Amino acid sequence: MPVATSPAVRVVTLNIDGQDLSAREDETIIEVCREHRIPIPSLCHLDGLTLWGGCRLCLVEMAGQERLFAACSTRVAEGMHILTNTERLRRYRRTIVELLFAERNHVCAVCVSNGHCELQALAQTCGVTHVTVPYRHQRYDVDSSHEMFRVDHNRCILCTRCVRVCDQIEGAHTWDVKGRGSDCQVITDLAQPWGESSTCTSCGKCVQVCPTGALVEQGTSVGEMVKDRRFLPILARRRQPR
Amino acid sequence: MNRDDLDEQAHRYQSDHNAGINQEVRVCMAASCQSSGALPVFDALTHALTAAAAPTCRVKGVGCMGLCSAGPLVAVAAPDAALNTATLYRDVQPDDAPAVVAAALGSDNVTAAAAAELETRRIPADLPFFAYQQRLVLEHAGVIDPDSFSGYVAVGGYAALVQALTEMTPGQVIAAVTASGLRGRGGGGYPTGLKWSTVAKMPPGQKYVICNADEGDPGAFMDRAILESDPHRVLEGMAIAAYAIGANKGFIYVRAEYPLAVERLNTAIRKAKKAGFLGNHLFETQFNFDVELRLGAGAFVCGEETALMASIQGLRGQPRPRPPYPAEAGLWGRPTLINNVETFANIAPIIENGGEWFAAIGTERSKGTKVFALAGAITNTGLIEVPMGTSLRTIIETIGGGIPNGRAFKAVQTGGPSGGCIPADHLDVGVDYDSLKTLGTIMGSGGMIVMDDSASMVDVARYFMEFCMSESCGKCVPCRAGTQQMHGLLDKIARGQASHADLSLLEQLCEVVRATSLCGLGQTAPNPVLSTLRYFRHEYEQQLQLTGV
Ligand SMILES: Cc1cc2nc3c(=O)[nH]c(=O)nc-3n(C[C@H](O)[C@H](O)[C@H](O)COP(=O)(O)O)c2cc1C
Ligand code: SF4
Ligand code: SF4
Ligand code: FES
Repeated sequence: MPVATSPAVRVVTLNIDGQDLSAREDETIIEVCREHRIPIPSLCHLDGLTLWGGCRLCLVEMAGQERLFAACSTRVAEGMHILTNTERLRRYRRTIVELLFAERNHVCAVCVSNGHCELQALAQTCGVTHVTVPYRHQRYDVDSSHEMFRVDHNRCILCTRCVRVCDQIEGAHTWDVKGRGSDCQVITDLAQPWGESSTCTSCGKCVQVCPTGALVEQGTSVGEMVKDRRFLPILARRRQPR
Repeated sequence: MNRDDLDEQAHRYQSDHNAGINQEVRVCMAASCQSSGALPVFDALTHALTAAAAPTCRVKGVGCMGLCSAGPLVAVAAPDAALNTATLYRDVQPDDAPAVVAAALGSDNVTAAAAAELETRRIPADLPFFAYQQRLVLEHAGVIDPDSFSGYVAVGGYAALVQALTEMTPGQVIAAVTASGLRGRGGGGYPTGLKWSTVAKMPPGQKYVICNADEGDPGAFMDRAILESDPHRVLEGMAIAAYAIGANKGFIYVRAEYPLAVERLNTAIRKAKKAGFLGNHLFETQFNFDVELRLGAGAFVCGEETALMASIQGLRGQPRPRPPYPAEAGLWGRPTLINNVETFANIAPIIENGGEWFAAIGTERSKGTKVFALAGAITNTGLIEVPMGTSLRTIIETIGGGIPNGRAFKAVQTGGPSGGCIPADHLDVGVDYDSLKTLGTIMGSGGMIVMDDSASMVDVARYFMEFCMSESCGKCVPCRAGTQQMHGLLDKIARGQASHADLSLLEQLCEVVRATSLCGLGQTAPNPVLSTLRYFRHEYEQQLQLTGV
């Protein structure tokens, strides 16, 4: 039996929005905020998946620092003073959500995820009532070749949750990303139709973690696609090396 | 082997090489002169020399001499003599070969017409292009044959490596680099000594050294020229770094679009290995060091250090949040030192001459020299090296020969798509990291794109935004979608169809993209817009007037 398994982790105290809190030094700001019910908008972060850092909605201000810090990728430290909801942050978050709405087609009224979409919910909490940047009206494919699921690239925000859950939890690595810039697309296998994928196990984990109506079950109609990701923290914990 | 042994070897190489030779005809064989026809010139010169049956003279292929716009360049000089002692000829054609050989031999075995014709293309010895330069990084460029290992050793190459390994502790090497004040030449200007000591202080174990030769800024070709002209110099710098930080493995990440640089690096690595200058137990010490090339597919973002490391590991070339910095968790999670080509090329002279010697060159907070690539509306396009603090006016008007076609200078873009422009009012500023920052631009890697009074600054901003938009990796929203929106707005302004609301939206987006993007590409993408707005706002406003709203 090995003695002294885990290295000693210290506990630090920090201040978030005026509240004094304690946290383990290996926790990130977003984890501490979630624990204390301090709302931090996020789209790419998901408890149980590895860090991505792509949506930039979780940025927070830190006292004495000009630059912003992503709450999902920044560890807490002793004496940190963090502000999560300043006027400046709210303005930036609104712009980022608007950029997402204008980038592809997010017409909620006709979406199967209407009412159950994280992007939609975020727009509401961030106070996005209209979009000031021009819509791009680019058309993307819908792949309905899989017998159980469908991917609609028009609704994809490229958060890569599907890619990560498939690789890290299911172990299939069916999904990946191709292209650069706004031409990026999630792909199955080597950009083959999903229905022809030889690696997909049809487990549906990607569908459940997808924040929008990009990945849905076949046969759902407007507003019917409700996602259930309770499996994730449980499976993720089981996969942690002990 | 120690310093004395190496010196002996160098002397032996010198006498082998230069036995009976008192003149050499050098042909620039770097990419730029090759593309203007250096290869046939080389062949014609070889032919003419054989015909002249003159064993005291030889033809030698060398690296970049700098005046790329006048290529193919040919120089006549004493063997291995410095470039400023050479006689240079511009725009040399194969037909000129007999005249060049005659000039080298001091013979009159050539028609008067041909000699007179060549004379018109002799570059005056006191040409300001050369007179104001200080060649330190480029000291061997245009002098030695980049494919020759012995040629490099003969001019004192690898002496710094032998000195470091046999006479200095890793701590002393780092102390010398720290004392030199050298800052990274890849764009950020991070203190090199500090970076080295951070990696050195990580617990011992597998560590890596990476040379960043991805050079993706439009108009920049400093690193390419260094690699094509003096590849061993970069290998030597990497080996010294590896010794200092405790690494045994190095990677050079070089763009596949630089085939000549790749070829010369491969040759250099092969020859250095064969000679025992790379490999195990170098110079009978415990130090092992091996170098491998990795070819980049030409994505600009792969020059960003975390994306570059992902690419070396065979993953999608895409940045990740920092910390952890490469020094802590880099390649395959191991402590990794990553420096730029030019940074490594500065190391050997620092070790040989001491950090204080280097720190005496340049300005208070920017030490040494900097290589710049002059491009755009300037008479002498090409590669130059000047001490930090040299004024923009000296660089553009004196060394660069001013603006061609009777036009006037308007602005110069430094730092490529991450930088900004500097207008005529500020031409007297001495160029260093801090002065450029004050002016709202950055040193960047050393590209300088000169614009004359016919340039539209809105177009310039649009051009760089288009570059960032298409080079964005797509990972983070503000850069991926923001650069696209900003490009759309700039395009609308350039076409004269934009309103004041569009301009203010553009400015808002600049702020958000700069503050929220994940990596340097997105964070700096607004810079060309912000700096053209700072100095040329009236041009934007003129465009808005066209719509009348
Ligand atoms: C988008 C982007 C592109 C970059 N491209 C290069 C490059 O081509 N060459 C380079 O040396 N550094 C490049 N860098 C900087 C590197 O990330 C890194 O800071 C540098 O290689 C460190 O070397 P140095 O300290 O010697 O400058 C780039 C950074 C960004 C954000
Ligand atoms: S399909 Fe869904 S989970 Fe996958 S990247 Fe797009 S939005 Fe994210
Ligand atoms: S800033 Fe641009 S290049 Fe950098 S991670 Fe974000 S999308 Fe990729
Ligand atoms: S949650 Fe932090 S960047 Fe997306």
